[in-house]
Amino acid sequence: MGDIWDILPGLGDKLAAHVVLSASAIGLAMLIALPMAVWASRSPTVSRVALGLASLVQTIPALALLALFFPLLLSLRAVFGEGLPTLGFLPALMALTLYALLPILRNAVTAQANLDPEILEAADGVGMTKWQKLTLVEAPLSAPFIMAGIRTASVWTIGAATLATTIGQTSLGDPIFAGLQTQNWALVLAGCFASAGLALAADNLLWVIEVGLAKRSRWMTLGGIAVVMLGILAALWAQGAGTGERRIIIASKSFSEQYILAQLIGSRLEAAGYSVEYRDGLGSAVVHSAVASSAIDISVDYTGTIWTNYLNRKDNPGREAMYETIRDWEMRENGVRVLGRLGFENAYAFAMRGDRAGELGIVSLTDLGGVAPQLTVGGDPEFFERPEWVAVRDAYGLRFARNRNFAPTFMYNALQSGEADVISAYTSDGRIAADKLVVLEDPEGALPSYDAMLMLSPRIAGDAGVIAALEPLIGAISVEAMREANLAVDREDAEKLTPKAAAAELAKTIGI
Amino acid sequence: MTMPSPLLRFDGVICRFGEITAVGGVSCDITAGSFVALVGASGSGKSTLLKTVNTLVEPTTGRVLFAGEDVASLKPARLRRRVGYVFQGIGLFPHMSVAENIAIGPRLTGEKLGAERIAQLLELVELDPAMATRMPDELSGGQRQRVGVARALAGEPELLIMDEPFGALDPLTRDALGNKVRELHERLGLTTVMVTHDMAEALLLADRVLVMDAGRIVADESPCALLGGAGGDVAQGLVAVPRQQAERLAALEGLGESRS
Repeated sequence: MGDIWDILPGLGDKLAAHVVLSASAIGLAMLIALPMAVWASRSPTVSRVALGLASLVQTIPALALLALFFPLLLSLRAVFGEGLPTLGFLPALMALTLYALLPILRNAVTAQANLDPEILEAADGVGMTKWQKLTLVEAPLSAPFIMAGIRTASVWTIGAATLATTIGQTSLGDPIFAGLQTQNWALVLAGCFASAGLALAADNLLWVIEVGLAKRSRWMTLGGIAVVMLGILAALWAQGAGTGERRIIIASKSFSEQYILAQLIGSRLEAAGYSVEYRDGLGSAVVHSAVASSAIDISVDYTGTIWTNYLNRKDNPGREAMYETIRDWEMRENGVRVLGRLGFENAYAFAMRGDRAGELGIVSLTDLGGVAPQLTVGGDPEFFERPEWVAVRDAYGLRFARNRNFAPTFMYNALQSGEADVISAYTSDGRIAADKLVVLEDPEGALPSYDAMLMLSPRIAGDAGVIAALEPLIGAISVEAMREANLAVDREDAEKLTPKAAAAELAKTIGI
Repeated sequence: MTMPSPLLRFDGVICRFGEITAVGGVSCDITAGSFVALVGASGSGKSTLLKTVNTLVEPTTGRVLFAGEDVASLKPARLRRRVGYVFQGIGLFPHMSVAENIAIGPRLTGEKLGAERIAQLLELVELDPAMATRMPDELSGGQRQRVGVARALAGEPELLIMDEPFGALDPLTRDALGNKVRELHERLGLTTVMVTHDMAEALLLADRVLVMDAGRIVADESPCALLGGAGGDVAQGLVAVPRQQAERLAALEGLGESRS
């Protein structure tokens, strides 16, 4: 765990981005919630509707709320043009602002409702206008309670901002998500410590302001505000210092292989003199659209994924035809350049323990059909809903005794312990080799191919320098090499590598 | 010689709140310099009628004229500066010092009261000028209402309206502050309208007593006339209470003397 102290100092840019994002969201939420609270205090209907809507937003999980802004902004491009960002800061800001509204609004409305009616009568009695009453009496008397709401909102927002990582906004969630996927717990803890520390610091600073307001101590109030402002300014400055020419942004979905390939691509580009940025742990659904919109420049995607999810095809014309159709479709529809296939597949496959397969004499899916009624099949949670399963089931007449769902990590354990006899594995998974599993042959070609492809956004589709730097990767990575690299990151023992180190090893293995 | 025009005139004032009629048609003049008590039981409409003067309540029909002008046509901030308002709740602003509370009315119209004027106002209500820097929660109830009176007087009003001003105070403070207000009324040449449910207070402080019942004025008499039996049943019912108390006290006193 000593690693945490080595990781923390490197999180400066994540921290700065996290501070700027959270502060912007809370500031925007205040700009919306405070006037709304004044309006609500004048009208019970407005109060009910505003609080109702804000509460409704709270019932949406933060992760879903963040993800929902991507399609929303995408559809808004029809109105605001192609320049509207769909990933990164804007959707994160909007989602977190909505999330921060409730505590600010509720405290402000409650504070106004609980003001002493005699003091309000006195305000009218001495001849205050509505505005004077608001600024001289209602606002100062409500201020400590409103501040308490802002404090709550800040702690929530700083916590929820770690999820902004999933929609491509740099935050302290980056190390958390990367660490979770590669089972690098020091990285996870470093991210958690940093965001918890930031939340505590913000909570305490705002508490000073709240007490200052309650005790009418100008010194405490202004001092607290000054420190908060300094923190935000420092974060802005730190962020501004880093931005120069636009960098090349490389995406990775949230599993080890994607982290490794992103690092491999990044190191190639850096060697060629480009500066790069990583957007790690993106949701699978956003990556494709992000590349199409040039919000992200480079991704590795899989033919089977694009085929079913974006071309909406269910047929299987064969590996080559599928790839060529996708390549042409991407260029025609999205302006995305498919530079080529990396050489390996990360397809669904059926795997068994070597000894068990030998016992039963199973080599292919055809053999499996005969003994399936005595066996249990395990799949990841979505597998039995996917067209691949339907295709294989029907092609080989598979009728298992039981179908069981496992989280991907536990699928392999289930196979070892005998809770499942056969599982839906991923062909590039390192554990296939490590656990000495047999991948069953598919003579009917029922399983679609999942060739890994290198995708370039329209922005860099014609960039000769980028293409020259990445072309050596095309066709260079065998499934064995990829499995070895994945295993190096996934393993739990002393030989465990970071994705960056595994990428360097992979580069050596494939000789580039 | 013509009669001086009244400082305050209620002209057919009716106030309805939905189904409820709080004030059911009041017409009456109040001449400058008079000290008028508005007496009645709870719910008789006296507070509502008083609040039509500084437009905290708008009459459903009828008008209130202040120095000949319809109060509805005056800017509330200007009007309320000329009409000092003291009420039972006091309503000192807890986030402002005594001095800031007193100076609030003039401040609203852009005028700043100097420390000297604040001290003068505090002395008027028999408070130590050193209290100017205190916060309201450091004061006793009686001190707070004295600050309330000083705040009402800060704008040099022509008219002072008071709604149960001493209702929440202990009897000693109540008596002292009542006398103080009467003295200020004389000294500053004010016109004062005081709402109270306490007939004894009304009889002792005012020179004209209006008795309200169910939204109407049922008696309009001097204290002497009321004590002499004028004003009708409702008024006499209210007068009977302090009179009987006084008689019983006197009897107790007599009993004590005969024992000794």
